[in-house]
Amino acid sequence: MHLLQEIAVLIRKEIVLEWRQRYALNGMLLYIVSTVLICYFGFGQNSAALNSPTWNTLFWIILLFTAVNAVAKSFGQERAARLLYYYTLASPQGIILSKIVYNSLLLLLLAVVGYGFYSVILGNPVEDNLLFLVNVGLGAVGFSSTLTMVSGIATKAGNNSVLMAVLSFPVIIPMLILLIRISKNAMDGLDRSISYDEMITLLAINAIVLAVSYILFPYLWKS
Amino acid sequence: MKLSWWKLLCIALLFYTVIMGFLGPVPRLAILNESIRNLYFHVPMWFGMVLILGSSVFHSIGYLRTPLMSNDDKAVTAAHTGILFGGLGLVTGMAWARVTWGDWWVNDPKLNGAAIGMLIYCAYLVLRNSLEDEGQRARISAIYNIFAFATLVPLLFILPRLTDSLHPGNGGNPGFNQYDLDSDLRLVFYPAVIGWALLGLWLTQLNARLRRLERIAEEKNEVVASR
Repeated sequence: MHLLQEIAVLIRKEIVLEWRQRYALNGMLLYIVSTVLICYFGFGQNSAALNSPTWNTLFWIILLFTAVNAVAKSFGQERAARLLYYYTLASPQGIILSKIVYNSLLLLLLAVVGYGFYSVILGNPVEDNLLFLVNVGLGAVGFSSTLTMVSGIATKAGNNSVLMAVLSFPVIIPMLILLIRISKNAMDGLDRSISYDEMITLLAINAIVLAVSYILFPYLWKS
Repeated sequence: MKLSWWKLLCIALLFYTVIMGFLGPVPRLAILNESIRNLYFHVPMWFGMVLILGSSVFHSIGYLRTPLMSNDDKAVTAAHTGILFGGLGLVTGMAWARVTWGDWWVNDPKLNGAAIGMLIYCAYLVLRNSLEDEGQRARISAIYNIFAFATLVPLLFILPRLTDSLHPGNGGNPGFNQYDLDSDLRLVFYPAVIGWALLGLWLTQLNARLRRLERIAEEKNEVVASR
């Protein structure tokens, strides 16, 4: 109970902080919009030439890069002195879980906005929209739990953005393979029961990542 | 020079593997033909890699529990050996794939998993190099090592079972007995697995010792310089 209260307070703190310096959120929204536009211009006027695997892959690549950029700052934006202050106030478990939940919410927002804009600009060949959105939600949660931990590690190593990408991409690939496969099923409008296996595996990977982050973060926080 | 028993065993088993592997009788199978002998070299590489990377993670956990530099040394040298074994596994596998499946690289979940695994451990080495402070380098890379291993396990063991693979015993329940290993193959295969694993252990141990000696030498130099 104590931990839950702590997490709720910390999440509120994150949201208030984000709201006060809106440029970060606006920046991310602009990032996803301009990336979609670049893809549109890249394909030229004939976006009909975009076949469905390309559409799918492009969408997830845009989301992945947005997620990496959005989460990379989750430990960097606060000064060392303030982090030390949190250290005296909150438990490390509370901090990592609140960051993960907050980043999930942020990525969910970015992903839904991105999906909407992407569909408007480049067309939407998805047959089963509900499954696709559920999948996007799973992706947001999965990306956030993996990337938050990696961002903590990269911050300790001087918050180098190349390092963030190098460390997170290989770790995130299993997740990405499953996500792309499920969203392909959703695009083709296949029966939902076909995707259950993959979704359960995805949830299991998420659970592993969450558990490992929960156990390991205190060691990272100590330094 | 004194060799302990397991090193002698390693030498004996590897001699046995190489000699029997190239000269011993093997079953005649279509497509595979003589390339089936690669079983003694390719498959044990993966067993060895998983074993050694596992020991690397074990030492990383050990470092987080008791922060001794010797634990970090063991973790990083084991990661080096794991990368070496993984690379050799890829090379032998690619040669085998060229002969039997017709291409150097085929789209197969196991190949992709192996490639990603290599990427993860190269990232681990990059992370190590980017950290200056020794204690911090040891701790943070230990954290990443454990984190990466936890995501590598589904990649190597669960995902290939969900999809069809060109590898035998995949796409379903891959019990080892499904491999139609006949008794001739088994006679060399099991010793080969043990022999290569022991070689990996030996390499790791030597490398870890070398690192320890280098550290001692460095400390001595510093003491001399400070005088």
